[in-house]
Amino acid sequence: MSAPEHEATPPELTPQELSRRDFLKRAAGASAIALTGVGLAAALLDANGPPASDPVGAATSAKGLGDYSLPELRGKPGRMAIVRGVVPANSQAAQPDRKAMLERALAALGGLGAFIKPGDRVLLKVNAAFATSPLLGATTHPDLVAAVTSLCLAAGAASVALTDNPVHSPESCFALTGISEAAAKSGAKVILPGENLFVPVSVPPSGNIGGRLIRDWPTLAGPFKGVTKVIALSPVKDHRRAGASMTLKNFYGLLGGRRNVFHQDINGIIAELALLVRPTLCVLDGVTVMLTNGPTGGSLSDLKAMHVMAVTTDPVAADSFGMELLGRAVTEAPYIKLAETAGAGNADYKALNPQFLDLGA
Amino acid sequence: MRIPLNIVTARRISQIFFVLLTLWLCAVATLGATFWRLSGWQVNFILQLDPLTALGTLLATRTWYAQLLWAIPVIALTAFLGRVFCGFACPLGALNQAVGWLARRVTAKIPGARAAALRARLADNRHSPWQAAKYYVLAFLLASACFGSLQTGLLDPLPLLFRSLNMTVAPVVDAGFQALFLKPRHYASAWLLFTVFAAILGLNFLRPRFFCRYVCPLGALFGLLNRFAPWRMGKRDDAAHGECGNCTLCDTYCEGACSPSGALVASECLMCMNCLDACPKERMTFAGRASAGGEEHLPEPTRRGFLFAALTGALSAPLWTIGGLAETGKNPLLIRPPGSLDEARFLSRCLRCGQCMRVCPTNVIQPALTEAGLEGLWTPVLNYRLGTSGCQVQCVACGNVCPTAAIRPLTLDEKLGQGKFAAKGPVRLGTAFFDRSRCLPWAFERPCLVCQELCPVSPKAIYTRTIFEPIRFGQADFVAAQGSRLSLAGLPRPTVNLGSGDYYLRPAGLSAMASPEAGLRRINAAIWAEQGQTLTLDAAPDAKQGWKLSPGSVVEVVVRLQKPYVDAARCIGCGVCEHECPIAGLRGVRVSFENESRSGPGRMLI
Repeated sequence: MSAPEHEATPPELTPQELSRRDFLKRAAGASAIALTGVGLAAALLDANGPPASDPVGAATSAKGLGDYSLPELRGKPGRMAIVRGVVPANSQAAQPDRKAMLERALAALGGLGAFIKPGDRVLLKVNAAFATSPLLGATTHPDLVAAVTSLCLAAGAASVALTDNPVHSPESCFALTGISEAAAKSGAKVILPGENLFVPVSVPPSGNIGGRLIRDWPTLAGPFKGVTKVIALSPVKDHRRAGASMTLKNFYGLLGGRRNVFHQDINGIIAELALLVRPTLCVLDGVTVMLTNGPTGGSLSDLKAMHVMAVTTDPVAADSFGMELLGRAVTEAPYIKLAETAGAGNADYKALNPQFLDLGA
Repeated sequence: MRIPLNIVTARRISQIFFVLLTLWLCAVATLGATFWRLSGWQVNFILQLDPLTALGTLLATRTWYAQLLWAIPVIALTAFLGRVFCGFACPLGALNQAVGWLARRVTAKIPGARAAALRARLADNRHSPWQAAKYYVLAFLLASACFGSLQTGLLDPLPLLFRSLNMTVAPVVDAGFQALFLKPRHYASAWLLFTVFAAILGLNFLRPRFFCRYVCPLGALFGLLNRFAPWRMGKRDDAAHGECGNCTLCDTYCEGACSPSGALVASECLMCMNCLDACPKERMTFAGRASAGGEEHLPEPTRRGFLFAALTGALSAPLWTIGGLAETGKNPLLIRPPGSLDEARFLSRCLRCGQCMRVCPTNVIQPALTEAGLEGLWTPVLNYRLGTSGCQVQCVACGNVCPTAAIRPLTLDEKLGQGKFAAKGPVRLGTAFFDRSRCLPWAFERPCLVCQELCPVSPKAIYTRTIFEPIRFGQADFVAAQGSRLSLAGLPRPTVNLGSGDYYLRPAGLSAMASPEAGLRRINAAIWAEQGQTLTLDAAPDAKQGWKLSPGSVVEVVVRLQKPYVDAARCIGCGVCEHECPIAGLRGVRVSFENESRSGPGRMLI
């Protein structure tokens, strides 16, 4: 005798049949539990155990943050203009107008339109390392941020954003340096270095530089998403360990994690930073130069008014010019030569035939 | 006494077998030359049977580690036959049952004592809604595991028992016999481990198998897995056996308090089989149908309670992260055994079963009390002061007994950075740092250098720089010389053995004029008396080396010190230096976790 297959008949079932039906249901349920166990084990089986925390082998992460240099200039000498500004005699200002200096330098290079095309999405890498006043010259000057932003937007850029992973707390840094306010006024978006914007990045070797320090290293990659042009805006500062902090050292602010371990090989890491990202344009702001007590400064007496600004496509050349402002030989910051060896630019800025411009002339 | 050959006897034999097996596996999980030790014994067999371990690590790591596949047969068994594991196999359950039985034995020959005892036993074994509590515990632990924090081992009876036996009972017993270890083992916080173990056993006085009924998360998991068990305990009311008289003898002896006389709470049945034995009319059966008294599945855990437990468990894992103990705030003394995964992955696997601590031949692996924070309670941490000689370089025992690979099973090649691991280098546990205010040569002008002698790395990670330093109260006036024998006056009583070979004599102030070693003459023997001192040098003092052998000229004793330094790039953090340092309290050289391999990129050195 077999139990009816249809659901419509329960009232006619005897207790024994009920019990049998219940038994079969339960057997099915128990089998499902057992098979779920088997299925999970089969699907998620880890036969070899977990991998080590420090695996051997090549870095597997993304290669660098990108090359944003102008394609027509790659492999060729960069372009450079150096401008001296003046404080108008009848002005209250203590410093020359950075926007005027910038425009003059850019005009000599064919205008910003030669670098920023309509629709470009521009990222500015500022130096906002410390939560200090712009008067102390330890960070990118807000006037420069505002000038670059408005010029980019005038040239048709779709968007301008700026970012940095500073030493002090990011919110304080962007606020106290005046960069936030300048960005808000001129239309740039400040991207704070949120934890989720960092991803492991590796720098592939070039010459004998790279492939060694920045390996699967958490790097501020998020702000680069969708970006088509990168402009570095850097002050010129004394730096005991590195010799000087200018354009290339500014890129240290793209590193996350326990980046201070890299100070054991400061020149090696800065040379790798030159490969990590290739900017479209670099502005080296020598209006006030921090000669002592860098890179934090802290006193106006650490600064010297030099009223100079360099605009160039070559970050290495920018730094070699910066060393001249600091009154130091290029060899005192060995990373400059290392970056040149790695193919990141020219350690002799004069080889670029820079245009010397003087707003006072 | 006649022992009936029935299912209860079979259950007892099985329980005794599993308890003995557990004890045996604890005994053999030790390194030694005798044949019965670690000779291929499956020392983790009982831990591997554990479905809670398999499920917990599954949720925490999204993998099913091959060593935990033994849980599958246990899951299948439970799905079909109910909590057979609890009744027949669980060694902690067996101990609980034994204590509960002993606590309720009627020994007094007082009239009426037996009846009173039976009444009390019936009250003890009545079903309680609090038995739902263990399902909340389970929900908490599994939710926490979902977010990467595996805490099941704290209350899972198998790791709990192994931990308790390995680190409290076994070492105390063996301290008397010394059959397993040459000297008594040390386990930090053993008193707390035992307190928990003793409390679990003691609670059986309150209710039989208290832990199994109210707390055990593994039992709760089994209680869910037997949801559809086709065969189960139950009562029959049929013509052949007549109606149940409700004598409640089945309830009286029910270990699981699942109320077999009434509506049976199926998830709570521990398969102790006592009801089968107790029923005077053989109405209790193990069969493929529901109990005639009716059936429920669970002890009414409220949905809200369950949800609350799961939510708090889910929150607990992120809260550990907020504490920052696995990352920025990591305790510098949190040194994990060689092969340990990075802290986050480690905590998603470690059961705190104590197998690594048991097997470690040098006894440096200790249960963490505070080192790893609350989340890492009783996880393994190396304490180089305890034990016999730091982490032995040629040993990979801990990783090879770890049941979940929280400590990876290393080969010697991988640990030492040989063969195909040559490019990666050795596994580093941390770095040794000298405390120059405590190290004998650095702080007290005493030669020592035990650390460098025992550093097992080649080339040694501890190296030295030799210097000669004037000792305190080491100046004297020259009186006379007879070849290499010098008579001096005014040298204060020395506090060291000047003739030991470590001490030298030179004209005072000479080092400023010439090289640091100018004029040095080793003192081969020294005789001191208040009125005059005689030093025998290794050679006669030479005027050409700056010696003025005129009475009244001042000489000084200098000590040759080899001051130790750490070559951090070579140090593997094995801790032999720290263990052997003669500064017994806070050692003159100490290891902390910096530069450990398991931290991955960004450790101390680049």
